[in-house]
Amino acid sequence: MLSLIVLLPLLGFLANGFWYMSQLKTEHKAPALQVGGLATGAIGGSFVIGLICFFRLLAMEPEHRVIEQTLFSWIFIDGLHLDFAFRLDALNSLFVLVITGVGTLIHLYSIGYMSHDASPGKFFAYLNLFCACMLVLVLGASLPVLFLGWEGVGLCSYLLISFWYTDDDKASAGKKAFIVNRVGDFGFLLGMFLIFTTFGTLDFTQLKMVVMNGALSPAQLAAVTSICLLLFVGCMGKSAQIPLYVWLPDAMAGPTPVSALIHAATMVTSGIYLVSRLNFLYTLSPDAMLFVAMIGALTALFAASIAIAQNDIKKVLAYSTVSQLGYMFLACGVGAYVSGVFHVITHAFFKALLFLGAGSVIHGMHEEQDIQKMGGLRSKMPRTFLVFAAGWLAICGIPPFSGFFSKDEILWQAFSSSRSELWLWLLGVVTALMTAFYMSRLFILTFLGEGRWKSHGHAKHDKHHDNHAPHDHGHAPKDAHAHHGGGEPHESPWIMVGPLVALAVLSLIGGFIGIPHMSWLEHWLEPIIPGFAPIKDGVHHETEWVLMGFSVLVALIGMGGAFFIYGNRARTESLQNSLAGFLKTLENKWYVDEIYDAAIVRPLRAVSVFLWKKIDVSIIDRTVLGFGSVSEMSGGVLRESQTGSTQIYIVTFAIGLLVIVGYALYGLV
Amino acid sequence: MTISPIFFYVFAGMATAFALITILKKSPAAAAFSLVMVFFSFAGIYAVLGAHLVSALQVIVYAGAIMVLFVFVIMLLNADSPSLDAARSPMWLRALGLGTGAVLLCFFVWAFRNSAPLAATGNYSAQQVAQMGGNTRVLSRLLFSEWVYPFELTSALILAGIVGAVAIAKRKVPGDGGVS
Amino acid sequence: MNVPVVQPWIVLSFCSAIFFIGLAGVLIRRNILIIIMCIELMLNAVNLTLVTYSEILNDLGGEMAVFFVIVVAAVESAIGLSLVIAVFRTLRTVDTDSIQSLRG
Repeated sequence: MLSLIVLLPLLGFLANGFWYMSQLKTEHKAPALQVGGLATGAIGGSFVIGLICFFRLLAMEPEHRVIEQTLFSWIFIDGLHLDFAFRLDALNSLFVLVITGVGTLIHLYSIGYMSHDASPGKFFAYLNLFCACMLVLVLGASLPVLFLGWEGVGLCSYLLISFWYTDDDKASAGKKAFIVNRVGDFGFLLGMFLIFTTFGTLDFTQLKMVVMNGALSPAQLAAVTSICLLLFVGCMGKSAQIPLYVWLPDAMAGPTPVSALIHAATMVTSGIYLVSRLNFLYTLSPDAMLFVAMIGALTALFAASIAIAQNDIKKVLAYSTVSQLGYMFLACGVGAYVSGVFHVITHAFFKALLFLGAGSVIHGMHEEQDIQKMGGLRSKMPRTFLVFAAGWLAICGIPPFSGFFSKDEILWQAFSSSRSELWLWLLGVVTALMTAFYMSRLFILTFLGEGRWKSHGHAKHDKHHDNHAPHDHGHAPKDAHAHHGGGEPHESPWIMVGPLVALAVLSLIGGFIGIPHMSWLEHWLEPIIPGFAPIKDGVHHETEWVLMGFSVLVALIGMGGAFFIYGNRARTESLQNSLAGFLKTLENKWYVDEIYDAAIVRPLRAVSVFLWKKIDVSIIDRTVLGFGSVSEMSGGVLRESQTGSTQIYIVTFAIGLLVIVGYALYGLV
Repeated sequence: MTISPIFFYVFAGMATAFALITILKKSPAAAAFSLVMVFFSFAGIYAVLGAHLVSALQVIVYAGAIMVLFVFVIMLLNADSPSLDAARSPMWLRALGLGTGAVLLCFFVWAFRNSAPLAATGNYSAQQVAQMGGNTRVLSRLLFSEWVYPFELTSALILAGIVGAVAIAKRKVPGDGGVS
Repeated sequence: MNVPVVQPWIVLSFCSAIFFIGLAGVLIRRNILIIIMCIELMLNAVNLTLVTYSEILNDLGGEMAVFFVIVVAAVESAIGLSLVIAVFRTLRTVDTDSIQSLRG
């Protein structure tokens, strides 16, 4: 039963993959509706089975909510016996539902989005493979199985970012994501090895038993901090935290559904999954937790600051994702794993919604991604406008949208938890302010005000067409877009808007699973994640209500600020002129990419060139070639001995015999 | 081991002499006939040594079958025709070969002369073999009991040999795609 | 029992002598036919050695081996002679000096 959740998307991948390959040679490609229908069916079936499993868990005793399935014995060597096993419990059942549920909606949406693509079969095959890998990641009963999924999603992320690989920028963005993740995976592997040498097991349940029941020796306790930090390096890579966040904004080169599914809703949250899965380890190491919280808070603030000045609609959302992931790690770091998971779920809803909404805008705007050239889309795309507004309010933290509940809980925990520091909370609040500000800016520039697309609609469109020739996104004359008259924005078809509506509803009501003080989520996760850390001395529960009001106020201030500045075009421009230098820095992302380039890439390249020119070419190659010419010369000498005359061979043989017999007799003498 | 010296030395002398003729005579036919004499001498020595069955096989197989084959081939290739003439090996090669052979022979003779006599460990002394009904009877029993698998395998070997000889020597027929 | 006997080492030395006569023949002659005869000569010498050891050790294994060697020798000469025919047919010679296609 459990393995079916993984197998269905995997079969979808194989079916679509073979279907695609069988059509490589032919001109005719299967239309998006067919391949997408197949893929959506696969992941949808997986969602249904996930639901059934979830209800089976619901029916069980809270203490024994586990479904386990061992597929086969994977590694069996001395001291390490590892089964390839899946285990569903309270924590990962939520992840399974989010992945398959949101995944299904995004698959459905992609049918519309990819309808004009040259190879939708490949796209849906990759998408299904991604889902299968992600499900392996969350369902794996041990670290190596999880790591298998972890690497698998990395691979799929790479394949999908550089999906339009004929474009050099997109191919490099894929490479960047892959290489940056390698750095993190290295930490993950080291952490895994250290866990094995310290505790002798890699299975989560056994590990938890060893850690919780056995009295740990001081050496083991010391190792725990290293383990947590090393694993967190892996999370930094996968979940895009400082300093390894740089790949995520570039990953927006992929098709927008990919950004929504992989780079916002699911894959990037696997770091939070890992940390909350191993909460029993992190709890043992206050240092590691503080580090996680610090990185989380700093990332949240840093990414939010960059998001303010970005003009690419997807880049804004990408930095916003990095920022929200920082929130989640802040929650984990202060011991509020439940809040982290809660935010994962709500974020999956509203960020997928925002990305898909952005995709719908981009689709409607004919591949235009610059928000400076949008505006006034409210009347052109009313349905997209409505659902996007829901996502916007959710991420800003306006009650009763889901983002409010999860973000407010994280802020409250950052304020009250005995593991937290006040400045972490302050960073969180400033980030919340900035989040409300830049999201409102995005919303205003895109949907409200005057349309700025009329003047350069068609010219821009043509230029864009040239740039993105490989993914000709439906500009053929026969295309439906032609009815809208060239650059005129148009509403997206229902197959794209439908999933948006579903996600908007989820964004609206998703927060009710975690209402403070009567949180279903907290109760549900209790067997896996033992409650919140105790609150600080001198902090009262009543403060929570005050803070709740305060965070709503902060959000409103941020939104108001954005309306004040961007609601009025003249004021926008005067402000932009006076702050030009600062905005330039923000727009260039604090020049982090340039710093990395100077500090890491260039020295590495210099060393590589040295190794290539000096070591490889002049030493190694020469040695190898030398062996070749020595053999050639000695062969030339030795071939003279091959006379072809049988008698000479026999004489040689007889002389050899003489030597051997002589030696044997010499031994006798 | 009892070997009658007279018979042994007569046969051994004959064998050595005819062996030398075999390798020295220019004509292949002469070589073949002196080789027959070597085979007969060997048969005699086998008889002197008490290996009656081997002696008989020597005459039948070597002196009979194999030599007939040789003579047949010599006649087929038109025995003493100039085409069968072949020069001797070059002098240096001959000297080297004979020198090596002579030294090796000295080594062997020296080794046989000086090694300690071996103890008879087997169960088939001349007396025992005589009691069991003679050399031929005892060997035949062994051949069809203890050695029956190798014996049967030799039949496969002979069959392969026949097929191989036919396949190799068969005249090429133009246009025949079969075995050449 | 004062009968003069031949010592085993004399018989074995005689075998070696025949063997090396055969070897010398292989080396000094260039006629393939005679070379094959010399090989037969060497095989006979080995056979006699086996029989002699069989007598020395009172073990019939040696004579049994001779039986198989004779079979192999028969097959070998059949194959060898058919090779001679095949070579003679293509090259019109039996001189090993002319058959040197193995030259490196």
